[in-house]
Amino acid sequence: MSSTWLTTRAWLLMLPLLAVMIAVIGWPMIDTVRLSFTDAKLVGTEGHFVGLDNYVKMLTGNNFQRALVNTLWFSVISVTAEMVIGVLAALLLNQEFYGRTVLRALMILPWALPTIVNATLWRLIYNPEYGALNAALTQLGLISEYRSWLGEPGLAMAALIVADCWKNFPLVALIALAALQAVPRDVISASLVDGASAWNRFRYVTLPYLAGPLMVALVLRTIEAFKVFDIVWVMTRGGPANSTRTLSILVYQEAFSFQRAGSGASLALIVTLIVTLLAVAYGALVRRTAGSAA
Amino acid sequence: MERKSLLFSIFLHAAALLLALVILAPLVWLFIMSIAPAADLAAKPLKWWPSTVDLSRYASLLTRAENSAGAAFTASLVNSILVAGMASIAAILLAIPAGWAVSRTPSIGWSLVLVIGTYMLPPVALAVPLYMALAHFGMLNSVFGLALVYLTILAPFTTWLMKSGFDGIPREIEAAAMIDGAGLFQTLRIVTLPLALPVIATSALFAFLLAWDEFFYALLFTSDQRAKTLTVAIADLAGGRVSDYGLIAAAGVLAALPPVLVGLLMQRALISGLTNGGVKG
Repeated sequence: MSSTWLTTRAWLLMLPLLAVMIAVIGWPMIDTVRLSFTDAKLVGTEGHFVGLDNYVKMLTGNNFQRALVNTLWFSVISVTAEMVIGVLAALLLNQEFYGRTVLRALMILPWALPTIVNATLWRLIYNPEYGALNAALTQLGLISEYRSWLGEPGLAMAALIVADCWKNFPLVALIALAALQAVPRDVISASLVDGASAWNRFRYVTLPYLAGPLMVALVLRTIEAFKVFDIVWVMTRGGPANSTRTLSILVYQEAFSFQRAGSGASLALIVTLIVTLLAVAYGALVRRTAGSAA
Repeated sequence: MERKSLLFSIFLHAAALLLALVILAPLVWLFIMSIAPAADLAAKPLKWWPSTVDLSRYASLLTRAENSAGAAFTASLVNSILVAGMASIAAILLAIPAGWAVSRTPSIGWSLVLVIGTYMLPPVALAVPLYMALAHFGMLNSVFGLALVYLTILAPFTTWLMKSGFDGIPREIEAAAMIDGAGLFQTLRIVTLPLALPVIATSALFAFLLAWDEFFYALLFTSDQRAKTLTVAIADLAGGRVSDYGLIAAAGVLAALPPVLVGLLMQRALISGLTNGGVKG
């Protein structure tokens, strides 16, 4: 069989997938670009061409800048915490202790819990009147009166980050644990014989094995965190005083609550551009890590 | 291995206990809230251990009496199963030929990279045109419309899983069947697909869970019991004026059961999938 025929055949087999992808991703993407240059409403008016007006209005507005800062804050803190706690948990799970198998199995639970259920659960825990957090801290004598964890601008973002970390650090831990188990025993023994300190052993023997998988986890988690919507929507809807309004929430409000499809689309494309830049930068970083670890 | 001092061993066990507590406490509390009498949950100081077991929330969520909380909940349960089921089957049907083609024809591999690259697109980038198109075709608030939209997430994901699965099946087996005179589709049907069955099953299962978990599109494109999914129903409960937190907790427990059971039973497959992705980058 000629290679041209093989390639043609492969494309034919890809055709159904590509057709559906063009219909549900490709075309909407292009239409979002078109809409972003118009003043179209979500329902009714088609809108007119307004050039870069939407972009200028969105980029210079307070709302966008505030949401960008909120999103960066959420992403940086929660992803950093998830990576650090995840690696520490993996190092622990790689040691020998009673109940290790059970604990490893439990790690899957927060990951498996649906995002919306996780958000609802934490919303109940943070409840200002009947929540478990207030009850526990009061009974332990750590706070004297109940607080509104999701109702105070300074606290709400921290409360969201804790809820997000709890759900996602076990995934990082499981990925790191799998990588740790791939470190050959004799390499560790050799470093012990050479008298390497615990820190040097981690830095020069273990970390190179962890670097690749951890980079991938970092990329995936950062992109997910930057797109965060569900947990914020259920727990705070962006409040109080817009202190937890992230970019995805802002786009939702602009395009769907206020039905301004045009400016909503321009905002969505700005978010897409940032995520793409992040992904490209990270991609380069992953290749470099993979190169140096090999 | 190195010899461990008693002190180090105590430290390890304390740390493990702490980790177990962090993981379990919120989950156990969710379950306790779902079975504790409403009065216990509103008591100050809070009653951590319920005085009696109250299963009335589960009963009321699972009845289909008209205009009850149960009617809305069971309708959303059925919608979630329908949407996730239809979208997973469609995604697998698209992924099998595409995954095989990419696995056997590396020269078109870049097209898969492109398809998977769509993963990083934020859903908000597609939401407005998708909303307008669904409205145009009268498919807003329809399980079919939502299932179609879910292909944006499920199809790239399943194609990637199927491609890795086919990579693990040696081409030589297919070549042998071809030499014996079998055509392409006969070879695939008799030789390749039966070998790929475990991968097809896990891919379908993971796709189902991904759809089960989805919230953003469901929030945008559904508006009542005809299409609202479980995630939207739970967000409604959490954000509404329900005064019994036990009811919200019970809904959460029911929605969490399928993915939690699958997670526990399929841990090995799941982690090997994660790490394969990690190693290949």
